[in-house]
Amino acid sequence: MSKDIRIKKGLDIKLVGEAEKNTTDISLSSVYAVKPEDFHGIIPKLVAKEGAEVKAGDTLFYSKGDERILFPSPVSGKVVEVIRGARRKVLTVKIAADTTQVYKDFGTKNADIMSAEEVKCHLFTSGCWPFVKQRPYDVVASPNQAPKAIFISAYASAPLAADLDYTLAGKEAELQAAVTAISKLTEGKVHVSVAANSNSPLSGLKGIELHKVSGPHPSGNVSTQIAQIDPINKGEVVWVVNPQDLIVIGELFLTGKLNVTRTIALTGSQFSKPQYVTAIAGATVSDITANNLEDNNTRIISGNVLSGKEVKADEFLGYYDNQITAIPEGNDYEFFGWNKPIFNKISASRALTFSWLTPKKKYDLNTNTNGEHRAFVVTGSYEQVFPLDIYPMQLLKAFMYKDLDEMEALGGYEVAPEDFALTEFICVSKQPHQQIIREGLDLMREELG
Amino acid sequence: MGLKQNLHNLKEKYKGTKMAPAFNAIHTFLYLPNEVTHKGGTHIKAADDLKRTMNIVIMSLIPCLIFGMFNAGFQHYAAIDSSLRTDVLANFFTMDNLWIGIVKILPLVIVSYGIGLLVEFIFAVIKGHEVEEGYLVTGMLVPLIVPVDTPLWMLAVAVVFGVVIGKEVFGGTGMNILNPALTIRAFLFFAYPTWMSGDKVWVHDAVNRVGTPDAISGETILGSYAQNQEVVYSNWDMFMGFIPGSVGETSTLLILLGAAFLIFTKIGSWRIIVSTFLGAAVMGFIFNQVVAADIITESSKFYGLMNTVWWQHLLIGGLAFGAVFMATDPVTASQTNKGKWIYGFLIGFISIMIRVFNPAYPEGVFLAILLMNVFAPTIDHYVVQGNVKKRLKRTKVKTA
Repeated sequence: MSKDIRIKKGLDIKLVGEAEKNTTDISLSSVYAVKPEDFHGIIPKLVAKEGAEVKAGDTLFYSKGDERILFPSPVSGKVVEVIRGARRKVLTVKIAADTTQVYKDFGTKNADIMSAEEVKCHLFTSGCWPFVKQRPYDVVASPNQAPKAIFISAYASAPLAADLDYTLAGKEAELQAAVTAISKLTEGKVHVSVAANSNSPLSGLKGIELHKVSGPHPSGNVSTQIAQIDPINKGEVVWVVNPQDLIVIGELFLTGKLNVTRTIALTGSQFSKPQYVTAIAGATVSDITANNLEDNNTRIISGNVLSGKEVKADEFLGYYDNQITAIPEGNDYEFFGWNKPIFNKISASRALTFSWLTPKKKYDLNTNTNGEHRAFVVTGSYEQVFPLDIYPMQLLKAFMYKDLDEMEALGGYEVAPEDFALTEFICVSKQPHQQIIREGLDLMREELG
Repeated sequence: MGLKQNLHNLKEKYKGTKMAPAFNAIHTFLYLPNEVTHKGGTHIKAADDLKRTMNIVIMSLIPCLIFGMFNAGFQHYAAIDSSLRTDVLANFFTMDNLWIGIVKILPLVIVSYGIGLLVEFIFAVIKGHEVEEGYLVTGMLVPLIVPVDTPLWMLAVAVVFGVVIGKEVFGGTGMNILNPALTIRAFLFFAYPTWMSGDKVWVHDAVNRVGTPDAISGETILGSYAQNQEVVYSNWDMFMGFIPGSVGETSTLLILLGAAFLIFTKIGSWRIIVSTFLGAAVMGFIFNQVVAADIITESSKFYGLMNTVWWQHLLIGGLAFGAVFMATDPVTASQTNKGKWIYGFLIGFISIMIRVFNPAYPEGVFLAILLMNVFAPTIDHYVVQGNVKKRLKRTKVKTA
């Protein structure tokens, strides 16, 4: 049975540099890295010291909060450097990869005959648990509270996002194995959302509740879908898994190997050939983007332009990311930029901005803020791009003045930072919405648990 | 690029100093800054900023300002020689009229901006924050809502009061409770009532000529109604704005043009504009019914305004101007969409109520808006509580 979800509020940001549908295999990078900051809210305890030899799947560090949650090495090789920050906090674990990859063998499993506890243990020991994230708070799931449902969004609506129908094609067996396994972890349903007229490899899976999603971004955001299907109430938890991570879990069950090889979309106007490549999580960015980037004044983003992280060429692909975006930096002045008519930028208003005339046009946006940071002034604009039944500005303000009662009452359990990406994009006052939400959620997690 | 580079060097030189906000205010006026998006946020941003938003409002006010300049002259000459009114269109857009407008109204604009921005700059430098754009609109609104002969020193005093008490004490643009332009207007009204009301102040030179053989008078329509006098202006005059009144508020046509522009650009809230007119119409209609039901007689001092046809209320006085340019100030209005309907409706409703029951000063619009400014957070509170209750109910259904 499928239930359709139609979103009206939102905004599709159309950018230049959509990835062309052919995939190149990127040769193995010499150095890979795992950064604990990719797993928000985890305090790492290092296991693999500098100089240690690891196989793909061996533990690098574990979570101080729950020692069962292990974080594996994506490749086999030697730990060459552990970068630490203030108070000796582990920032990056760098691994020099072997030329021939050796995988730790976790043994093939048949999820059909496994109990919930067995599945959980298998995910713990294999280092696959971090792929399971939870709402509220948008962090790695706490294994102690059973979720009321599990959500998988196989529709990526973010700007230039990798086409999941393409990157997941042919992986039905892995997806089915993974869904069978994780469905053991909840009493409730496993909700899978696909684009309205797609032939997603997920739509044929067994043991799921299928939803067809249509409408502008953020219709593909999992919060948007949760709100439509089964909203989170106080005290409830739902889990969220990315489809590309399901493949890793599926492959683990089918082959016994942890293989975090992904199909990654190289997108954005600064790529000379925007296309797909396969790479292993944590790969060096310059290896992935080699001979493909246009010029020097470029911002490279691991992820999409709304919620991704800025990375330098010598840094690494984010652990969860399946996209690298490159757009021009906007570090230049623009004469009378605040009052002249504008045709080459996107705007949600019509204040002498003319993107409403050309809804199909693809824009080449840069990283300029197009204005200075100000107090909240304009009202009513966020609501036009915010499909949740929440008052966005009121919630943001509550998050800023840190009134826990209000944060809870206004819907703080139902949101993730990425849900405020569009409001941040259109914000006339250039307020850092996602950061406000992230800090507020951390506070809620600390105080309310 | 010489200028761009030089300004950039100056900016770096002033960085971190006391004068940085003052310099940046002028710099960012010329150039959109070279700032790029930060870590942890979106990497791209939409094209609009607060300056652009404010600029749109100023653009929508320009027709009212220019019309007001001509009208200042026209009302002056028409008060001396009433035959000019027989063919308004021929006698309106003349250089003589415009000259009076330039002599009387441009100084108001210059004083309003000069003093107001000076206060803003001083506060920005003292408090070390950027100069914010809110005053760009306030500074344009103020000259449009005062009588044409307002002495410049009075305006200066009022602007200082309005900007400091109405805005800066709360923390600047975005934090204020009362509309700063209306705070300035209210200050003028209560501090210098003889300059702000009566039948002399609305026409240039009328005050000076009191007691001389050349005395002229210019009662506003509201003033005439409030005293149960005949009104000499046609509906056409009222709609077009060929009537005495504050500088920029007379032409309903141009105000509606401004409203259309604000709504089209998505800067002004159509909900507030529509609901304010609606609220005023409803109250006017109720009063019409009171008269129709013979509850009050012609001898009543409220008769003149109660008997005013409900749609005429929308054309006269400052209602249209208030609804379009004052009530829609996003900082002091309700912030929720539902709240905006309630807020606007009550502004219109109370405006007409004050207008009718306060014959001494029948212009209730600015008082109604200031009153609702105070209540806007309360309205929002209850609207938001509705959302909170829905969420609580959902939880209860689950646990029950």
